[in-house]
Amino acid sequence: MINTQKLTIQEASKLIAEKKISAVEITQSFLERAKKLNAKLNSFITICSDEALKQAKKIDELISDNQRLSPLAGIPIAVKDLFSTKGIKTTAGSKVLENYVPAYSATVVKKLLDENVICIGKTNLDAWGHGSSGENSDFGPTKNPYDLERVPGGSSSGSGAAVAAGQCLAATGTDTGSSVRLPAAFCNLVGLKPTYGLVSRSGVIAMASSLDSIGHLTKTVYDNALVLNTTAGKDFFDSTTQEKKVGDYTKNINRGVKNLKIGLPKEYFGNLDKDIKEKTLAAVKVLEKLGAKIEEVSLPHTKYGVATYYIIQPSEVSSNLARYDGIRFGFGRENFGEEAKRRIILGTYTLSAGYYDAYYLKAMKVRRLIKEDFEKAHKKVDVIICPTSPTLPFKIGEKSDDPLKMYLSDIFVVNQNLAGVPSLNVPCGFIDNLSKSSGVGLPVGMQIVGPHFSEELLYQVGYAYEQETKFYERRPEL
Amino acid sequence: MNYEPIIGLEVHIELETKSKMFCSCSAGYFNAKPNTHTCPVCLGLPGAMPVANKKAIEYAQKFGIALGCDLRLKSKFDRKNYFYPDLAKGFQISQYELPFSHKGAIEITVDGKVKRIGITRAHLEEDTGKLTHAQIKGKKVTLIDFNRSGVPLLEIVSEPDMKSALEAKAYAQKLQQIARYLKVSSADMEEGSMRIEPNVSLRRVSKSQRAKVSKLPDYKVELKNINSFRFAQKAINFEIERQSKLLDKGEKVSQETRGWNEKENKTVSQRSKEEAHDYRYFPEPDLPPLSFTSSRKAEITMTIPELPDEKFERFKKQYKLSQVDAQILTADQKIADFFEEANKAYRKKDPKKVANWITGELLRRLNEQGKSISEIELLPASLAELLYLIDKGDITQNQAKEVFEQMIRIGKGAQLVIKTLGVQQMTQLDLQKLVNKIIAQNNKAVDDFKVGKVASLGFLIGQIQREAKGQADANLAKNLLLEKLKK
Repeated sequence: MINTQKLTIQEASKLIAEKKISAVEITQSFLERAKKLNAKLNSFITICSDEALKQAKKIDELISDNQRLSPLAGIPIAVKDLFSTKGIKTTAGSKVLENYVPAYSATVVKKLLDENVICIGKTNLDAWGHGSSGENSDFGPTKNPYDLERVPGGSSSGSGAAVAAGQCLAATGTDTGSSVRLPAAFCNLVGLKPTYGLVSRSGVIAMASSLDSIGHLTKTVYDNALVLNTTAGKDFFDSTTQEKKVGDYTKNINRGVKNLKIGLPKEYFGNLDKDIKEKTLAAVKVLEKLGAKIEEVSLPHTKYGVATYYIIQPSEVSSNLARYDGIRFGFGRENFGEEAKRRIILGTYTLSAGYYDAYYLKAMKVRRLIKEDFEKAHKKVDVIICPTSPTLPFKIGEKSDDPLKMYLSDIFVVNQNLAGVPSLNVPCGFIDNLSKSSGVGLPVGMQIVGPHFSEELLYQVGYAYEQETKFYERRPEL
Repeated sequence: MNYEPIIGLEVHIELETKSKMFCSCSAGYFNAKPNTHTCPVCLGLPGAMPVANKKAIEYAQKFGIALGCDLRLKSKFDRKNYFYPDLAKGFQISQYELPFSHKGAIEITVDGKVKRIGITRAHLEEDTGKLTHAQIKGKKVTLIDFNRSGVPLLEIVSEPDMKSALEAKAYAQKLQQIARYLKVSSADMEEGSMRIEPNVSLRRVSKSQRAKVSKLPDYKVELKNINSFRFAQKAINFEIERQSKLLDKGEKVSQETRGWNEKENKTVSQRSKEEAHDYRYFPEPDLPPLSFTSSRKAEITMTIPELPDEKFERFKKQYKLSQVDAQILTADQKIADFFEEANKAYRKKDPKKVANWITGELLRRLNEQGKSISEIELLPASLAELLYLIDKGDITQNQAKEVFEQMIRIGKGAQLVIKTLGVQQMTQLDLQKLVNKIIAQNNKAVDDFKVGKVASLGFLIGQIQREAKGQADANLAKNLLLEKLKK
């Protein structure tokens, strides 16, 4: 019997192609684990056994027919409950949409299903994507598989926990200002926040439309590139997408980092946990040893990032949440949670006549400066490496009473969204002494940030580092 | 005290594109079963995103150019946020800062005087759903039909350049005419594809001041619920009256939105200034900013047909038509086209005659039958054919009118109708015989004529016509009579 939970997509894909395991078998095995661990982790809002098994049977038929299938065929994945799935309840983690069943699927979901991926369920999240810890879900917080007392990071909290715990092989996420990278960092995963405009947002419940990036979480860099092969590309239904997709993101993945210039932004190494700083700098040393050139760069407007983000994002949120009036679908506005209400009020204020210029417009100007920071830095270096989170995964409840403290968890991750640049979180070690439940330590992640549409390069750097370190092999014991 | 009305108009015109503004649903909602032209986008379902309709943008730009506006090379969409059950997304996608076009003007004619009305801006937005208040099983309910949700809507804002209800009406009618000339909208007030919202305020003037430019009043009253030009005129006049009474009493007129109540013939307050919305405009993040090249602008300009004013001037000059005839013919582009084609087919180079048949007979009959020119099958060449038959002497002028009525009714050519009606003109020989007979039967009238009572000639012609049942050529009959009588 194959131990499926330790598999990567790359490995599972090979087993399926060689008919060593059927799509139904692998699906059943992940469904079982998803159900079994859900009580512990609360990573799923909905597990769709029937739909998953139906899809698996179809794929087995295609395989026995000897049809040429994509490397993602038969791969069980999970979908963040912010992605519309036709016929399957989509809650956005909010009581407002507790009974909402979409009439159509998000483009990304459609693309994945067309590639014969198996969706085993919808993952938990901070309601509407509002949060950095997963604690804002109306369906209860998700637990970090590496330490059940700690948060898995948010808002794609369920996606992070599910992949880390081996409940699925990959999960989709959205990243408006941390939501893929923070869970990836907290759960020892590879998480991509793609360039704004590379992956379609159509059908994904909007949080802040000018910032929302549609990403995904996997165990390895290679797996991550495989998923992007399917999700990337211009979509008619999302006018902000561009035709910038690279044919195959895995093709040049092992080119290495020799002579590549890596920049370390000085503004990102001041105020953070010293262990995280140490781990990140150690990772940079590994890359240096592999032939990369390291130099310091400056992103001078970094410190304005959180303030800018917390004007633009709630402004757009206040407008995007206006449609949830309970008239055509879902329940009424009285069901909005605290955080959604807070953002609606903030955003309504910053867009109001008389305040617009001082807040929204000013924030948009700063946003441009932040974008220019990255452009200037990328003229000097190929990629930038910096920490993803200033702290290790924190305890459930530790920050939930203090929104400002919670917002500051995003200090290293919002600027990439404001600039629209891609960023890949890659595991860069563990802090051992803190862990309680899993015995392998608490994961640390770092970001590899590149210019617009440089995902191929990010994978190249991430892969080189990962091959040296293989932190992904350290799975939690549950 | 003398007051000068200051009137500006906001006009909404639905653009008749195949699909809606931001999705592929059919935009033709009129008479469609409720909620059948809908999709996730126009229903505002979670995650649905707008995709801008290129044709609608082109129509909007075309309209802007036709209004003499500057076309912006850089434009964008913005969100206008407000809550109303007919607004699916809780915001309307509109244009705030950078409308497609701005700073234009058109000319109107009232009482023979030409006046220029400034156009502030023309921007594109989406229509809302439609609410119907009904009673179902004894319960008061409000029903929403989203078929109209997302239909492209052009908003044209004028400068406050109008001074009377008549001017406002003339301006609105001119916009309607232009919309129809451009073939971008039927701009029908009753069907709601054109809606007008006048802003009315009054400025105090003394006689000596009249000519001077003074400041605009510090308030304005916006009028809504107007679905005909007639109501627009009535509502504006009511407002002028109401406001001047208030001002006479030394009261302040409050800034508000008032609706026209057609049953009671008055405007009623709907929303005060304090209740005015703060729309919290911001750039629509789901639609990238738009930029256009000046060659694109030239391309669109090329597609603009001859507009009413130009056509009117050309008709006067080219066809030597009177002011009135040219006005009537160019009011509707289809009538103008009909005229030009009929005139071309009728080779006698007598545009005045063709014009008379159209302004007199054709338009009168259409009016009687309650039809528009596009609803009948009559070909312009058929009118030319009819005129030709009159010229040839095959039928009389009176017969021709009868024939023409049938032609309009059944859409067939002149010859065919003449055959079916059995209309025919008497031959000269038969007419000669009839003339002889009438002379023989009316000795008194003949004698009267011979002693100089010219009027009796008319009596004799009348007798001939009666006997001939209208099939005699009146001129020929007259000539034959005179010939005979003078012998």
